[in-house]
Amino acid sequence: MSLVLNALTFLAVAAGGFFFLAGTVGLLRFPDALSRLHALTKADNLGLGLIVLGLLFQTGDPFAALKLVAVWLLTLLAGGTVTQLIARAALGGRSTRVTT
Amino acid sequence: MAFDAVLAALVLGVAIWTVAVRDTFAAVVGFVTFGLLVALIWVRLAAPDVALTEAALGSGLTGGLLVAASARLARTEAEATSELPGAVLQIAAAIVSVWVSAGLIALVLLLPEAAPTLAPNVAANIAATGLQNPVTAVLMAFRAIDTLLEVAVLLLALVGMWSLAPDHLWGGAPGRREPSDPDGVLTFVAQLLVPVGILVAIHIFWVGSVAPGGEFQGATILAAMWILATMAGLANTPPVMRRSLRLLLVAGSAVFFTIGFAGFVIAGAFLAYPANYAKLLILIIEIPLTLSIAATLALLVAGPPEQEPE
Repeated sequence: MSLVLNALTFLAVAAGGFFFLAGTVGLLRFPDALSRLHALTKADNLGLGLIVLGLLFQTGDPFAALKLVAVWLLTLLAGGTVTQLIARAALGGRSTRVTT
Repeated sequence: MAFDAVLAALVLGVAIWTVAVRDTFAAVVGFVTFGLLVALIWVRLAAPDVALTEAALGSGLTGGLLVAASARLARTEAEATSELPGAVLQIAAAIVSVWVSAGLIALVLLLPEAAPTLAPNVAANIAATGLQNPVTAVLMAFRAIDTLLEVAVLLLALVGMWSLAPDHLWGGAPGRREPSDPDGVLTFVAQLLVPVGILVAIHIFWVGSVAPGGEFQGATILAAMWILATMAGLANTPPVMRRSLRLLLVAGSAVFFTIGFAGFVIAGAFLAYPANYAKLLILIIEIPLTLSIAATLALLVAGPPEQEPE
């Protein structure tokens, strides 16, 4: 049983690490502020989410598991907000809404 | 081992970059990154209490203060950086820097093999405090006077900063009044995050007696929630003339000093706690202390009074 759990942890954390790597490469390589932010959200949301998922298999304590999930949710909230604010600043106060 | 080596190299690199970079804002970003990496080092050294404080105070709150300072300096920055100091000053600065660095290197290399430590004494006497977290025991019992002085220094810093207010604004509220946008992102996140943050702050404060955490870390989170609410325009900062605010600011030190002096009568020394009531007294000090520190930190970030007094 612990072998299966360890394998699941390994897979999830490795996948999370991949998203962090991809996000970092995007942050360094993408040409403008908006696409760099887009790359960064992949690391924050998916990367951290997968790492938290991987760690969940290792916690026997439901309270610790809840804390891990709370960390992820709070990062989602903060990350999403900060991304919006930076994007608005990058656009020089113009709205981020796309008008068609 | 390899991870630690990379971490150390990264900290050194970021430190050099922070000093070398010319742009003030870039240097601030470097400083915040440096603080987070140093926090990671504290985690690796098995000192989570110090890591928490470094991340919250050293990197987060100081970072916020520096961002605000760099925004204020932006107007005059080009002028200031174009001015080069004279040759004598440059050489003097270089000599002093090399001297200090050499002194620090010598100190580290000359450290005795078994570093002097009071840790066994703390471990032997911690039961008397009723606490289980040795760091909190040192901060609130064995070296409570250091904590008391730290809090007094924070208050002095706030008073010093308030004194920068021009006469006609004295008594008004610190910082600018942020406009509130009911549909804004910041309003949404402030409404959602502030209640959660207050709960987290109480939790961090409360676990301080048994696990990493305590009044400074809890107070920093409380201060951050206060700052978030004022930034989103949900609340204004209170005018510095308000009596309830002043009472809140001095409550921590006042209770600390009162119990400290009471120690002369009930336990025979300044800041001594009677044997069976140590934990209770520490808690009585810590609660107003946390609130006072939180208010002081939030107002330090808000800046000197900038709004017309009512």
